Amino acid sequence: MAGSSVSVDLTQAMVTAPVAAGDWLIVAPSLITMLGGSLCLMLRKNTELQPKLGIAFLALLVLASLALLVRVLDYGVITMVMGSWLPPFGIALTVDALGATLTLIGSIVALCAGIYGMATVDGTGRRYGFYPFLLLLMTGVCGAFLTGDVFNLYVWFEVLLISSYGMLILGNDRIQLDGAVKYGVLNLVGTNLFLIATGLLYGIFGTLNMADIAMKVSALENPASGTLSTVAALYFLAFAMKAAAFPVNFWLPASYHTPNVVVSAVFAGLLTKVGVYALIRIFVLILPDSLEYMADLISLVAIATLLTGAFGALAQSEMRRLLGYLVIAGIGAMLAGVVVGSIEAISGAIFYAVHSIIVMTALYMAAGIMSYMGGSYDLRKLGGLYQKNAAFAGVFLVLGFAVSGLPPFSGFWPKIMLVQAAFNDGWGWLGAAILVSGFLTTLAMGRVWIYAFWRGGPEGTPDGTSIAIPAGSVVQLGGAAPWIPLGILTALVIYFGLQPEWMIELSTQGAVGVGAGVDDPVGYLRSVFGDQG
Amino acid sequence: MRTIIFRTIAPYLTALMVLFSIFVLLRGHNEPGGGFIGGLIAASALAIFGIACGVASVRRAIVFHPMSVAGFGLFIGALAGTLSFFKDQAFMTSQWLIFHIFDAEIALSTPLIFDIGVYLVVVGAIGSIALALEEREVD
Repeated sequence: MAGSSVSVDLTQAMVTAPVAAGDWLIVAPSLITMLGGSLCLMLRKNTELQPKLGIAFLALLVLASLALLVRVLDYGVITMVMGSWLPPFGIALTVDALGATLTLIGSIVALCAGIYGMATVDGTGRRYGFYPFLLLLMTGVCGAFLTGDVFNLYVWFEVLLISSYGMLILGNDRIQLDGAVKYGVLNLVGTNLFLIATGLLYGIFGTLNMADIAMKVSALENPASGTLSTVAALYFLAFAMKAAAFPVNFWLPASYHTPNVVVSAVFAGLLTKVGVYALIRIFVLILPDSLEYMADLISLVAIATLLTGAFGALAQSEMRRLLGYLVIAGIGAMLAGVVVGSIEAISGAIFYAVHSIIVMTALYMAAGIMSYMGGSYDLRKLGGLYQKNAAFAGVFLVLGFAVSGLPPFSGFWPKIMLVQAAFNDGWGWLGAAILVSGFLTTLAMGRVWIYAFWRGGPEGTPDGTSIAIPAGSVVQLGGAAPWIPLGILTALVIYFGLQPEWMIELSTQGAVGVGAGVDDPVGYLRSVFGDQG
Repeated sequence: MRTIIFRTIAPYLTALMVLFSIFVLLRGHNEPGGGFIGGLIAASALAIFGIACGVASVRRAIVFHPMSVAGFGLFIGALAGTLSFFKDQAFMTSQWLIFHIFDAEIALSTPLIFDIGVYLVVVGAIGSIALALEEREVD
């Protein structure tokens, strides 16, 4: 049946050259998590084995993505076509410095979440499939970062969304279902817009391969024509929903405080950043002219996102909602980088994404520990945590500084890059908005620190006195499990703050790879189509 | 729905449908059929059996939890793509093993394994949804 009776010249349609074993690293992240996820799914009843298996596979994932990043830095952009079918018809996975970096950081965060989950996810949560969902979520996230095909990107989005629905309703509480409905409806609308835009794009160009589309767009006489701008606008709306940008951001604070805190941590770290990644990939690589055309609109959205995020954080007193607004503020900063569009701005946005993945996950994990120590997520009911654990108060201060963009931590450098790029290219308002948002974030984090850590006890405690937290409301933490991931992430935050050079270098490579600035993304196209591209 | 006619017929119908679903599964690739449709047919077979004889007897009959079946399908589906690693080819490049027994051409291949994986994922996922819905109705 396999074409044995018909003779065709397969070299026209298939890659016949041998594929280096190292290129298999490009499928490794999705493959490892898929195998691990299905294995965990089969062993769902065995709640003792689940965490060990899950963490082992996540550790394997970190190693594979590290090897992948090293290989990309050594050999440049790598492409592998699935089933050997040649692009533009075969599906190509293409990884450049941007994709590989985000995959690595995402895997580290997932591993940390896996370890943290040992303490916070109970037997029921494990039987409902926390570890399989986490692994399959990572299948989708890594796949989205590594694919070179627009429709395939859509498929990975669906994979990660379906896993995220499962994680949202892990405990089956009423409030979780409520949050999941808001989250689900908005995301369904977003993915549908994504699909419609992809259909239109396919209608125009007859191909879905990103490199192929990029070449065909740049060959057009009028690259910002009506149809193409429609596609661009649809894509922007779809990814803005995913990324929780200003007018369509309300689902995030409405749903991120409902699930288990480790689930919120993973979501806050990864999901919105996949939206930002897709925005960078589609707009900077494929539709740069439409990006220019829509720049004013996107800059307004970016400013509004920056400010609503920061003001929202100031207004909230529920820790997880507050952090949700900080995620939104960060998205605004990344959008600002995309609008400015110079190499420095895009690399600033990439660095900011890396920073935001790490710091937001760490902050949610810290919030989880705070609620275990103080018995609540409500700032009014928290207090006196400094006395309970001074080291933890220090860690929280580090994370607070980092998320506000204060030196010497990881948030400082990407913000400097973004602000500098904005002022250099005449986007003064954008730069100002980033600074104001950073200032407001500092206030919000200072408020959290004063309320939860510094003062003697919950609201109502007289000044100068301290109240011992009632023993009954304090849930015991499961040993070292929550502290290790928090320590790893905080160490990364400090490390990127003190040694930013190689991360700046890496994100600059990523920005050059997607063709930020003036040059065509030669490396990316060559990797897919060979030198004649 | 537990009329005597339905209850008598349902086991035979289920057996027939499962048999047919395997036929459709194996017929796939170059002709209409394949893992997805086959899986749907098998899942509806389970649903019919569940309506007629109760969800508990379906769960007993399929031994494994449907979600575990789906997990196993995903597992072998993903593994099927990795065989090409040993031939220096890209992920999911199909490998064929064709031999003849009494003039009949038997083609074993990685797409077949992948399709069986898809079949199991669909049976597991749809079956587990169907069984859950039928269970609620009894409550």
